[in-house]
Amino acid sequence: MTTVPVIDVRNISKHFGSVIALNEVSMAVLAGEVHCLLGDNGAGKSTLIKTLSGVHPPSAGEIVIEGKPVVFRGPRDALDHGIATVYQDLAMIPLMSVTRNFFMGREMAVIKGKGLTERFDIHRANEVAREEMAKIGIDVRDPNQAVGTLSGGERQCVAIARAVYFGAKVLILDEPTSALGVKQASVVLRYVAQARARRLGVIFITHNVHHAWAVGDKFTVLNRGRTLGTFAKGTIAREELLNMMAGGRELEELGAELEEFARVDAAKGEESPLEAGAAAERAMAETLRQEVAEDHKAAGQEQNRPH
Amino acid sequence: MTAASAHPDERLKETPLMRRLMIRPELGAVAGAILVLLFFAIVAGGSGMFSMLGVVTFLEVSAQLGIIAIAAAMLMIAGEFDLSVGSMIGFAGIVIAIPAAEWGWPLWLCIVIAFGVAVLVGYINGMVVIRTGLPSFIVTLASLFILRGITIGVTREMTGRTQIPGLRALVAQDWLAPIFAGRIGTGLFQWMASAGWITARSDGTPQVPGIPMSILWWLVLTVIATYVLLRTRIGNWIFASGGDAAAARNVGVPVRQVKIGLFITTALAATLFATIQSLVAGSADVLRGDQKEFEAIIASVIGGCLLTGGYGSAIGASFGALIFGTVEQGIFYTGVNTDWFKVFLGGMLLIAVMFNTYVRRKATGGR
Repeated sequence: MTTVPVIDVRNISKHFGSVIALNEVSMAVLAGEVHCLLGDNGAGKSTLIKTLSGVHPPSAGEIVIEGKPVVFRGPRDALDHGIATVYQDLAMIPLMSVTRNFFMGREMAVIKGKGLTERFDIHRANEVAREEMAKIGIDVRDPNQAVGTLSGGERQCVAIARAVYFGAKVLILDEPTSALGVKQASVVLRYVAQARARRLGVIFITHNVHHAWAVGDKFTVLNRGRTLGTFAKGTIAREELLNMMAGGRELEELGAELEEFARVDAAKGEESPLEAGAAAERAMAETLRQEVAEDHKAAGQEQNRPH
Repeated sequence: MTAASAHPDERLKETPLMRRLMIRPELGAVAGAILVLLFFAIVAGGSGMFSMLGVVTFLEVSAQLGIIAIAAAMLMIAGEFDLSVGSMIGFAGIVIAIPAAEWGWPLWLCIVIAFGVAVLVGYINGMVVIRTGLPSFIVTLASLFILRGITIGVTREMTGRTQIPGLRALVAQDWLAPIFAGRIGTGLFQWMASAGWITARSDGTPQVPGIPMSILWWLVLTVIATYVLLRTRIGNWIFASGGDAAAARNVGVPVRQVKIGLFITTALAATLFATIQSLVAGSADVLRGDQKEFEAIIASVIGGCLLTGGYGSAIGASFGALIFGTVEQGIFYTGVNTDWFKVFLGGMLLIAVMFNTYVRRKATGGR
């Protein structure tokens, strides 16, 4: 394994006016490693990835790719340096076909001819899209179908497949599982593991410790614009990570979540709090329904009572 | 999330043929055009609407609208509107007519200048929309009034009139004018007239001396626009810019350039419309092109463009324009009072939008 990190972030700071969004953040990602970036809302996760993907220039610090310092002029420049970012809800355009989404911004890969005869080779593009999706176990019968017809997890997978196909060295995933159900999240997580097997450096942003724990090799915790440190798997417990993310504040919430863990662990599965939450909601809805029915009955009796 | 998502392949295989046809954006417009033509063939079949002269007339009306509708559709797919198209038509008309008819500049030079000015106007529209981040609806609504005001003000200031005649004589001598105001197949039509196959006037010249150039422009532009949208890199960028500008920018699509380019395209299309109309009519009028921006948008929407962008077709817009032209002329032939045309127009627009919304829901998986 090479010891030069595929991406090395050194003391990056980012200020927006008087707001210090990032304060001397450092992290290094090796090829074939899933590096989880954890943090609560407002910790600076989004700002960090936007800086890494060329959307914002950093106020201070440097980004080093395979040993060479780089300055990005924009998202396209970052892409050309092999840094592909998959955004949570901005990954795909629902009304466009799978193929067109797949090649969006990278149409040159399937351009035939030159000058006036230059054209988008739709047949080859369809073939490539279908093949690449098949590799990750999604059978797209008709690559011309709109991405909107795919499920949320599948859309994330198209975006990841696209990044891998176009030779990304670093894959930045912005909360790829947070909007997904349990089964879909596991599809995405499996593909994250596949990307690692292909020797990509993966930066996996999440606030779900379960998902991070399932695929992560290293964990960097951000809190209020600073890193609280980077930890290799096995040197830290899941509860400790969660504790750090919350930053010792809002202890009540934390306590409730830890209880959840204990319960889930006791049940031996990796059942997500999402499902537990849904079950609780269902139970509550049922209780409510019964109460309403009883009220109705009572009201009915009231009316039928002779004056 | 849906329960079926665990078995995506099973679900994907079951796309019915009907639905696949339905999600073609131009389907509604093609079906509508066939319906409208059939309707008038039955109602006004014997009235001369489908004579050579009648057909060429309604095609010419459709063609002129089609030229601006195609550009409007491309811009709409990229997620923007250009309401200044109608004013641009009037403006381009006087940019050609004042130097040509009043100052004696060569007509071809005036036409070239008008197209140059269109690039500038389109660029300004685009830049203001991009820089301010305001909705293009508002920005171009402002340019609608500004351009019309400049047109009327400048023309009155310089000539004291609102109409500038005297282009007809210039058209006959100009080398560039025939590609806008000429007709093709004049020899063939003359021959057909002398053979008695088509209606001739008493002096032996055919009633229809040839196919107007506007129809050729319309067809060629439809083909080019469709090719650009479906088979080029820029086409993919246009759909992406309208579908989700932020997502497109994140993967490196030059959204700003695409949008500015399309604002320039609509201004150029308006100028082409103005050039054809002024040269064919032999005059320019400050009020030319009034409300054409709405007609172009209506044709685009009938043609399947979504007002929210990201979806639509140039073929659809062309058929939208055909429906428009057919009905506008057809109502005249049926003897129904033409006042009712606008009622039809509004109804047509409403039906088209409802149909498109339904189609989009189908296209994105019933959400």
